[in-house]
Amino acid sequence: MIANPWLRHGLWLGAAVYLALALGTMDVNWGRVAEGFPRGRDFVASFFPPDFTSRWDSILEGILESLWMTVISTVAGIVLSVPVGLGAARNLSIKPVYYACRAILAVSRTFPEIILAIFCVKLFGFGPFAGFLALSIATIGFYGKLLAEDIEDMDPVQAEAIKATGAGWFQWLNYAVQPQVMPRMIGLGLYRFDINFRESAVVGIVGGGGIGATLLTAFDRYEYSSAAAILLVIIFIVMAVEYTSGYIRRWVQ
Amino acid sequence: MLRIENLVKQYRTGDKALKGISLEVPVGQVMALIGPSGAGKSTLIRCVNRLVEPSSGKIFLDGTELTGLGIGGLRRARRRMGMIFQEYALVERLSVMENVLSGRLGYVGFWRSWWRRFPQSDVQEAFRLLERVGLDHMADKRADELSGGQRQRVGICRALIQNPSLLLVDEPTASLDPKTSRQIMRLICELCDERQLAAIINIHDVQLAQMFARRVVGLQLGEIVYDGPPDGLDAEVLTRIYGEEDWEATIGKVDAEDEENGEAA
Amino acid sequence: MSVVTKGDVPVWRRRTTPEQYFIWLAWLVGTAITVYCWKLISDKTLWIFVEDAPRQAADMASRMSPPAWSYMSKLWIPLWDTLNIATLGTAISIVLAVPVAFCAARNTTPSVLFVRPVALFIIVSSRSINSLLWALMLVTILGPGVFAGVVAIGLRSIGFVAKLLYEAIEEIDASQVEAVTATGASGAQVLTYGIVPQVLPAFAGISVFRWDINIRESTVLGLVGAGGIGLQLDASINTLAWTQVSMILLAILATVIVSEWVSAKIRHAII
Repeated sequence: MIANPWLRHGLWLGAAVYLALALGTMDVNWGRVAEGFPRGRDFVASFFPPDFTSRWDSILEGILESLWMTVISTVAGIVLSVPVGLGAARNLSIKPVYYACRAILAVSRTFPEIILAIFCVKLFGFGPFAGFLALSIATIGFYGKLLAEDIEDMDPVQAEAIKATGAGWFQWLNYAVQPQVMPRMIGLGLYRFDINFRESAVVGIVGGGGIGATLLTAFDRYEYSSAAAILLVIIFIVMAVEYTSGYIRRWVQ
Repeated sequence: MLRIENLVKQYRTGDKALKGISLEVPVGQVMALIGPSGAGKSTLIRCVNRLVEPSSGKIFLDGTELTGLGIGGLRRARRRMGMIFQEYALVERLSVMENVLSGRLGYVGFWRSWWRRFPQSDVQEAFRLLERVGLDHMADKRADELSGGQRQRVGICRALIQNPSLLLVDEPTASLDPKTSRQIMRLICELCDERQLAAIINIHDVQLAQMFARRVVGLQLGEIVYDGPPDGLDAEVLTRIYGEEDWEATIGKVDAEDEENGEAA
Repeated sequence: MSVVTKGDVPVWRRRTTPEQYFIWLAWLVGTAITVYCWKLISDKTLWIFVEDAPRQAADMASRMSPPAWSYMSKLWIPLWDTLNIATLGTAISIVLAVPVAFCAARNTTPSVLFVRPVALFIIVSSRSINSLLWALMLVTILGPGVFAGVVAIGLRSIGFVAKLLYEAIEEIDASQVEAVTATGASGAQVLTYGIVPQVLPAFAGISVFRWDINIRESTVLGLVGAGGIGLQLDASINTLAWTQVSMILLAILATVIVSEWVSAKIRHAII
């Protein structure tokens, strides 16, 4: 794939040197790792059989809270990301607005949901509200950036044609921009719903509500069979969401 | 009716696309604008409805100075200039009807257009126009299901429903086969006659220009190098516009086709 | 979309009446669900904390500035660890994801009935469970440290890489594979000459893309003890050393921006 043999061999050499350095500086307690194998086997064994019954009430409550959080943060995030995304599209906005919106997107997208959650918990107290805010902010960054990119990639001639009819700015958005970006954005919204559900399982670790808190409690109490049940429920819901969103996407196309 | 005075367009890269164009188009005149690629044809008509901002110079439409208009004024002025595009420029995911009605966007308010509740008179006019171009049975099709010629007809309807007094036509036939090209050009010219519309038609097919336009303007590197009747295009003029080439075949064939066309009519 | 004729006058509506009602209903249901979810969340919220938040935010901002620039000297090693977690984790996941992807793709799987469902289940489990949850479990097994982070990132990424890769494999041009098969090549030869060259660019692109995501994810694994800069973040937050926290956040911001730039460059060079 790389024509220049020097560059090719150089890259291999560089990779080898990096690998040696990385492995050399990685402080691995091999004794612990060796110990880890029987421990891992016990650990995995203690997951079976998954125990849905003894903690079912708190599992259900956690899962439902995660789902509410997912719904509301996806909706709020997308609604808020539309103006930011429009402002961050180079072919739509003016320079100062463009830079401001790009900065908002960069900051809200860089930090992992969990860091956002830590700060939201500090500011707004424990509970699902903090998780909801963290996920909404992350959604704005994700969705706003993709919306802006999609608008920048749209066919400029169609947009020009609507402008030439004397349409106002909002009419222009509605007739020229929206039909071009809508199908993809619906797909991405469903994808973000999926991501938000998965992330809602971890914001609980830092106190942001949802199934994560239940899961952490299960781990702390060494109730691994309950933890296994929770993980299976998460996997099942992710599969269900994926299947449904695939169906909706085909329907939209 | 349309008067252009000393129009200059310099792009940010420093390229001068138009070097002081002055031009006047009277009511009802169909004018063809010919010239090689990069001569500034497309820039010129986009300057008229200010899809491209002119650098200096003035443009008047029926006495209104277009170059000095604010947002609202520009919006009202654009309604009176219908534009037809090379690649049809239909919004592909909207239906044919929505595309035609989008020509009325300059006349209706935002919410009406949002709910697609255009005045009944607009809808009837849209049906009349679609019938006129032979597409009334296609109203509910999505624009990307149509063929090239059909799309361009829808584009024409969209321009005409604006009830314009001037048509700006940018390479209407560049993406069409020769037969469809002629049908489309004939349609545009007939409609201009019916409605007494002035039109500026960018075209790089010299034969088509000679066949349909009553006046031809030749543009070369942002300057007008020919302005006159179509039969004044001889080898010398074409060389001035396009550069050295054996033009005899082009001119000869045009004459033959013109006669053929005349017989058919 | 519909055209109705009322008398002699054709009337146009964007949608037929039943379609329009269906869309209204969908909006109504969607809005109702959203409002209901909001109510449930707000019932669980102590609004007094929320009202206090602007003051808290101002307070925190003042405590976080200026960032403790000198603390940066202690961050280079954690950043190096973070980079290693992401890179080695991605490498592990690639090695493990390739066979899974070939087992999951319809056109290369040894058995649609038995092997493919297993491969798909591996993919979905790996994708569903966040890397933090993987790290949480692995810290219990392997003890805290970078190694747990590497394995967590590796396990989390298998699903992602394998999913995109098997989709790429399913989209390959069958005629090229047939051409190689027609020469009498064995199964392994068909794989190396007919299929691998076709998916290689997609595969490289996917790997770099995932590496970029992994950089971001590995910055927080330290929160559960799995190494990297997250350890420092956790320690600084717990000791309320806010100027250090802001320094760490800036370091993370810079790292993520650089990694994004690098991955964009590489992907650009590949495609």
